[in-house]
Amino acid sequence: MRVMAIVKATKDSEAGVMPREELLAEMGKFNEEMVKAGVLLAGEGLHPTSKGARVSFGGDGERTVVDGPFAETKELIAGYWLMQVRSFEEAVEWIKRCPNPHNEPGEIEIRQVFEAEDFGEEFTPELREQEERIRAQAEQNQ
Amino acid sequence: MDREDARRAIDAVWRIESARLIAGLARIVGDVGIAEDLAQDALVAALEQWPRSGVPDNPGAWLMTTAKNRAIDRLRRGEMAARKEKELGREVELQARLAEPDLAAAADDDIGDDLLSLIFTASHPVLSTEARVALTLRLVGSLTTAEIARAFLVKESTVAQRIVRAKRTLAEARVPIEAPGAAEREQRLASVLEVIYAIFNEGYAASAGEDWIRGDLCEEAMRLGRILAGLAPTEPEALGLVALMELQAARFPARTGASGEAIPLLEQDRSRWDFVLIGRGLKALERAEALSHPLGPHALQAAIAACHARARAPEQTDWPRIVALYDGLAAITGSPVVRLNRAVAVGMAFGPAAGLELLDGLASEPALDGYHLLPAARGELLERLGRAEEAAAEFARAAALSGNARERELLRARAERRR
Repeated sequence: MRVMAIVKATKDSEAGVMPREELLAEMGKFNEEMVKAGVLLAGEGLHPTSKGARVSFGGDGERTVVDGPFAETKELIAGYWLMQVRSFEEAVEWIKRCPNPHNEPGEIEIRQVFEAEDFGEEFTPELREQEERIRAQAEQNQ
Repeated sequence: MDREDARRAIDAVWRIESARLIAGLARIVGDVGIAEDLAQDALVAALEQWPRSGVPDNPGAWLMTTAKNRAIDRLRRGEMAARKEKELGREVELQARLAEPDLAAAADDDIGDDLLSLIFTASHPVLSTEARVALTLRLVGSLTTAEIARAFLVKESTVAQRIVRAKRTLAEARVPIEAPGAAEREQRLASVLEVIYAIFNEGYAASAGEDWIRGDLCEEAMRLGRILAGLAPTEPEALGLVALMELQAARFPARTGASGEAIPLLEQDRSRWDFVLIGRGLKALERAEALSHPLGPHALQAAIAACHARARAPEQTDWPRIVALYDGLAAITGSPVVRLNRAVAVGMAFGPAAGLELLDGLASEPALDGYHLLPAARGELLERLGRAEEAAAEFARAAALSGNARERELLRARAERRR
């Protein structure tokens, strides 16, 4: 299964303050460990929201664009990793080993990625019925 | 910590730490069987203590220290019969190694060396392929015996015995637990790659709806491949294998239809391909290509998969390049299946007549006797040449040979198309 580990922003990351040399090195080492363990699929850091924008979707089909920066620092995203793991707990154990990405208290949120099989569970009764019909048809054709 | 949560957290830590733990112990005691026993002892201790004390900050170090203490206990009680000569000298040496302080951060290189040695040992050619696969999944992949059994659709007791026998064979053959020297390296590496790819193919063969653990074998194989490529970064074939697996796995989301039928590569909805894996696979291939010319067999197969991955639509496939790559592969392996695939590629690149000529050359190939893809390929080319009746006959022949119900359906449908 895959998870995304989302690094939340801080005052510093939003201010574009680069992490200390030391921290960068520790972070690099941590990334390296995940790569060597075969669990890291992808990861990027994001520029502060001052360089970002939001597109809002009004219920009436209207689209509005608002430029950053945005206020709710703790809820903003500073970066992510995409990981391949056997269980959600494995991702948690990995992320617990991550050096604090910022010079202040911070947070990394972990979320499971939807995969093809997951959608099977979301089959509506209608789709499930359709599946049954296709299956029955295929059997008839044998 | 509640029991359930504790158990899951410990399982997760085990998955992260166990291979290196066993590898480090194997170096110390010189025997993978004993190493695994000691590692299991440490796990039992963790299961007893961590629910109360919490997972330690450095779980790997805790487990290693605990395992070493168990080893010392066993030595004292005379329970750890050295598989080699039971000299006092050896025991003293062993005690000394066990007493070595664990450096807070044991050099990464050392841990890497240990793990690489374990990987090579687990796929030692003295073992059968099945034994190598089971031992690798158990010692390096940290799958339980039950999980391995479910993954390969065999009985748990069968796997357990396989593993016990494998460990005994390694001990009796006095296989040193080390990475092979330059002379044997290529051959031994090929053995490791074979094991990893065997695991991948087993997972690849699993269909949607089967026990999830079978599909997970592909992920496991890719993980093992990446670990190997990380430990042996100058080996282009290790990178080639990773590239091959990632590029093939990238197509999974598109390979099954609504009623579970297999969709051939050229008919797949490419928007469903996994572009994260394609990106990774192409990069791994690039690194392999930068390391060596000519390309080895896995890198060549990866390069073929890359040709497909790069084509946004089937019509954009670089067939001449695929033919050239198959030329390279055929030269290395001489495999009839490779020649068959090459003929199909030639048919796409240079026209069906050219492809058919090559397939005719394979007609009496004993290795392809009963292989349904040969008549299927002939049928395909004949159809494109407008020779409908002959094509139908070939598809019918292919259907009769196919071992897969859905595939039989599809082939019979093609045989009946003109009627």
